[in-house]
Amino acid sequence: MSEKGTDRVKRGMAEMQKGGVIMDVVNAEQAKIAEAAGATAVMALERVPSDIRKEGGVARMADPRITEEVMNAVSIPVMAKARIGHITEARVLEAMGVDYIDESEVLTPADEEFHLLKNDYTVPFVCGCRNIGEAARRIGEGASMLRTKGEPGTGNIVEAVRHLRQVNGEVRKIVAMGEDELMTAARDLGASYEFLKEVKLLGRLPVVNFAAGGIATPADAALMMELGADGVFVGSGIFKSDQPERFARAIVEATAHYQDYALIAKLSKDLGPAMKGLEMATIGAADRMQERSW
Amino acid sequence: MKIGVLALQGAVREHVQAIQACGAEAVVVKNAGQLAELDGLVLPGGESTAMRRLIDRANLLEPLRQFADAGKPMFGTCAGLVLLAKEIEGQDAAHIGVMDITVARNSFGRQVDSFEADLEIVGIEEPFPAVFIRAPHIVSAGEDVEVLCEYDGRIVLARSGPFLGCSFHPELTGDHRLMQLFLNMVENRELLPTEAHYSKI
Repeated sequence: MSEKGTDRVKRGMAEMQKGGVIMDVVNAEQAKIAEAAGATAVMALERVPSDIRKEGGVARMADPRITEEVMNAVSIPVMAKARIGHITEARVLEAMGVDYIDESEVLTPADEEFHLLKNDYTVPFVCGCRNIGEAARRIGEGASMLRTKGEPGTGNIVEAVRHLRQVNGEVRKIVAMGEDELMTAARDLGASYEFLKEVKLLGRLPVVNFAAGGIATPADAALMMELGADGVFVGSGIFKSDQPERFARAIVEATAHYQDYALIAKLSKDLGPAMKGLEMATIGAADRMQERSW
Repeated sequence: MKIGVLALQGAVREHVQAIQACGAEAVVVKNAGQLAELDGLVLPGGESTAMRRLIDRANLLEPLRQFADAGKPMFGTCAGLVLLAKEIEGQDAAHIGVMDITVARNSFGRQVDSFEADLEIVGIEEPFPAVFIRAPHIVSAGEDVEVLCEYDGRIVLARSGPFLGCSFHPELTGDHRLMQLFLNMVENRELLPTEAHYSKI
């Protein structure tokens, strides 16, 4: 007797990614570069976040041709993005055999009220969060992995730091709370009581939580690990840098050895310009991808 | 007894917890200098290609082979099994390459085909709950390899001298019986038939 699509299988897949780097790729060639550099998975999409930001328009699931080519090009897991609430895009990706779906605020949401009921799927999902309430709601819907959102496509780490500190700070508070304080906290945080009880019992989130949204250098990646991320997603940071291969390798190594500062110094030498990046103050409220999801 | 967990990437924490739950000391291993003090080493689940890149960049490949050559026990789960194998289907070269088996990667399919199943394991009485995630399996095994479990006609757990390897993730279930089996191998190391594993890298 065997059983597919169980929580253990879906969450376990994310556990195997820990300490790793998941890289955004838009074609098979980039996917091969990512794999050769030591990425633990690739995220197939049509445009990296910084291009979505620059070009505007509606961002959708990638052309299945791209995703298929990426799947055929590498032996590591392939993730792909579906729009928030877009049941059909998610089902299409599942039917194609994608290994993980990112229900992602980087794409233009299809539904501004409801996220996908991810428990219904055999394929596991990763979702973004900025605080413990968002984390709890996504896990409640069936997400098997989280990533703090940051602000995608900016090459600016400030929002990624804010969100990871927020989530981990809230986890620490919950762990320190008395049982009798949890119900009120559940009300205030928008998280279920059962979820908070689980966090308190485990002393951590019940699923793996990566950092994302603004990681542009090896030191950025190491910083997120230092702050307690289980691993990192790098979107525009690699293929928008001057030397993608070297950036990719350096970020992988810095993530694995995030407290070896002499090594990170060595890795960061002569890498050439990172992606240019954006100041948060220059991004209007309507252009902040992190506000998408509810 | 000190047991290391290779901590370049993957399910390190789970193995550390299993080792501690069995009453041994766990060491998180990131560089070659740490290997000398160890009685045994666990190669965790994760992504074998990513681990190999990090092994190379940390100059760990030769030290890991020497560790194996010295007859010190190693336990590989999933990606760790792939690291141990002498042959990997469809690839020119092995990784550490010390266990006389040929493995096929991702041989049960993609993530949507990942599954849980209860296994009958030689020498373990009650069924063992196993989690298979994009799992490899052992396609063929040398003469000295003891097959401890097959699932669906495929070898998923085997022992050979000081090496123990499985396709699945005992670290995800909280069932420590396989870790205990490994720790028994470490404890009784001098009794293991290591001869076959001393040569030819």
